[in-house]
Amino acid sequence: MPSIISIAKLGKTYASGLTALRDVDLEIERGEIFALLGPNGAGKTTLINIVCGIVTPTSGTVKVDGHDVVRDYRASRSLIGLVPQELHTDMFETVWNTATFSRGLFGRGPDPAHLEKVLKSLTLWEKRNDKIMTLSGGMKRRVLIAKALAHEPQVLFLDEPTAGVDVELRRDMWALVRQLRGEGVTIILTTHYIEEAEEMADRIGVVSKGMLIVVEEKARLMKKLGKKQLTLHLTQPLAALPAGLEDWRLVMKNDGADLEYNFDADDERSIPALLKRLDELGVGFRDLQTRQSSLEDIFVSLTSTRP
Amino acid sequence: MNRHGILAIYRFEMARFKRTLWQSLVTPVLTTSLYFVVFGAAIGPRMNQIDGVTYGAFIVPGLIMLSVFTESLNNASFGIYLPKFTGTIYELLSAPISPLEIVLAYVGAAATKSVILGLVILATANLFVPVHVEHPFWMMGFLVLTATTFCLFGFVIGIWAKGFEQLSFIPMLIVTPLTFLGGAFYSIDMLPPAWRTFSLFNPVVYLISGFRWCFYGAADVSFGASLAMTLVFFAACLGLAAWIFRTGYRLKS
Repeated sequence: MPSIISIAKLGKTYASGLTALRDVDLEIERGEIFALLGPNGAGKTTLINIVCGIVTPTSGTVKVDGHDVVRDYRASRSLIGLVPQELHTDMFETVWNTATFSRGLFGRGPDPAHLEKVLKSLTLWEKRNDKIMTLSGGMKRRVLIAKALAHEPQVLFLDEPTAGVDVELRRDMWALVRQLRGEGVTIILTTHYIEEAEEMADRIGVVSKGMLIVVEEKARLMKKLGKKQLTLHLTQPLAALPAGLEDWRLVMKNDGADLEYNFDADDERSIPALLKRLDELGVGFRDLQTRQSSLEDIFVSLTSTRP
Repeated sequence: MNRHGILAIYRFEMARFKRTLWQSLVTPVLTTSLYFVVFGAAIGPRMNQIDGVTYGAFIVPGLIMLSVFTESLNNASFGIYLPKFTGTIYELLSAPISPLEIVLAYVGAAATKSVILGLVILATANLFVPVHVEHPFWMMGFLVLTATTFCLFGFVIGIWAKGFEQLSFIPMLIVTPLTFLGGAFYSIDMLPPAWRTFSLFNPVVYLISGFRWCFYGAADVSFGASLAMTLVFFAACLGLAAWIFRTGYRLKS
């Protein structure tokens, strides 16, 4: 199945001289949840804004469902819904009116039943006649999502969707995103919360200094770049590492009371051999712990090792 | 054409007009009434007739134009500046709507407000002085054309402005003085010859003169010249708006 978004050799240099994106190539699969990670100023929002038509690219092409975002902007933009990072709302409008406005703006005729469904799914139905200025920050965030969904987009961009929202709302949003994916909507989200990407994303792209440095399925990325750590709490502290354990490159911790073994996430076969060798050497342990690196560890290692 | 998009913006802007009815309609009507009290009732009787028209009736077209200019600029500039200020412009820029359609919707809404305002002021003026409209068709046409032109100009100002101060800079410091010096309250024939010639470089003279011709069949300059000047101004504003959207000036980075 062809990608729903195709980005080729995309570059953006602002008038100030700042290069925000360099030769970015990216294919977004239809119906997936794609998380775009990266530190502040990495170029995530610029990338999203170019796809949505808010920022003009300096070089390269972007196609949404085969439609060029510059030449065939009507067709491409009508497929996209955008939830921006900041809470930009028409303060004096009611929830219902602003959602109706968004649907019309994106070229769709009135459909009160659809808007009702969207507002109910976001628990905004009871607030439909309230002015946006009277709503809480979390509710305003929901209004922005309702506006983005009002015209039934096939692609939804969520730029830092849960920044500054409470845990309950964050969970609600995750549930909504999964529901939308179930309905066939492709979702691209940027986030600072690694746990958000870890929780929801099918694939992950990491942007650093305007370059897309990694694009990988989440599970594969964690397996490929993740590390595991085994800690053995010994019955008797060791003064020195016994001979015969060189193959495992063990590290003594806590004055010889613990032994630490770091290994690749997909290399678990060496553990039984290690435990067998320790038994042979008479090194006993009273407890053991294992730890797998999180996506956050991988993200930090990826972005911090780049020049 | 994104018909639904144009209608959505148009309705949104008209809803804003209703929300701010006091500021948009009542204030200009009150101000105009005060002009009639001062210039029409207090000073008017002491003035000679101009082109066979009483002074009170003579100033009606100028007063309508004064309000239409000011409100067109304010409505249209604020209409597009507000989304820039609040950040909601992102939605407009990411929507499948062409620059021409955006201009049509915003300027259409602002011009509708201005035409309503002009007609309300005309009705208000009728309460103070008997107003005769000799060419009602041309009067409506000229009112719509002038309102649309100034709304376009206001739209351009709204995009250009980086703050509220810049937003009111051109209407307050350029358009209002030009209107007062453009024959709103007098005929330029009443001026000394040198000032009269100088006044002909003021584009507002042509707008007010043309509109006055629609009422009384007489004007400072020919109606053809007025119409041509208004059309030139309209084309210039349209060209400027088109350039802004083509280049993304102060809209896109």
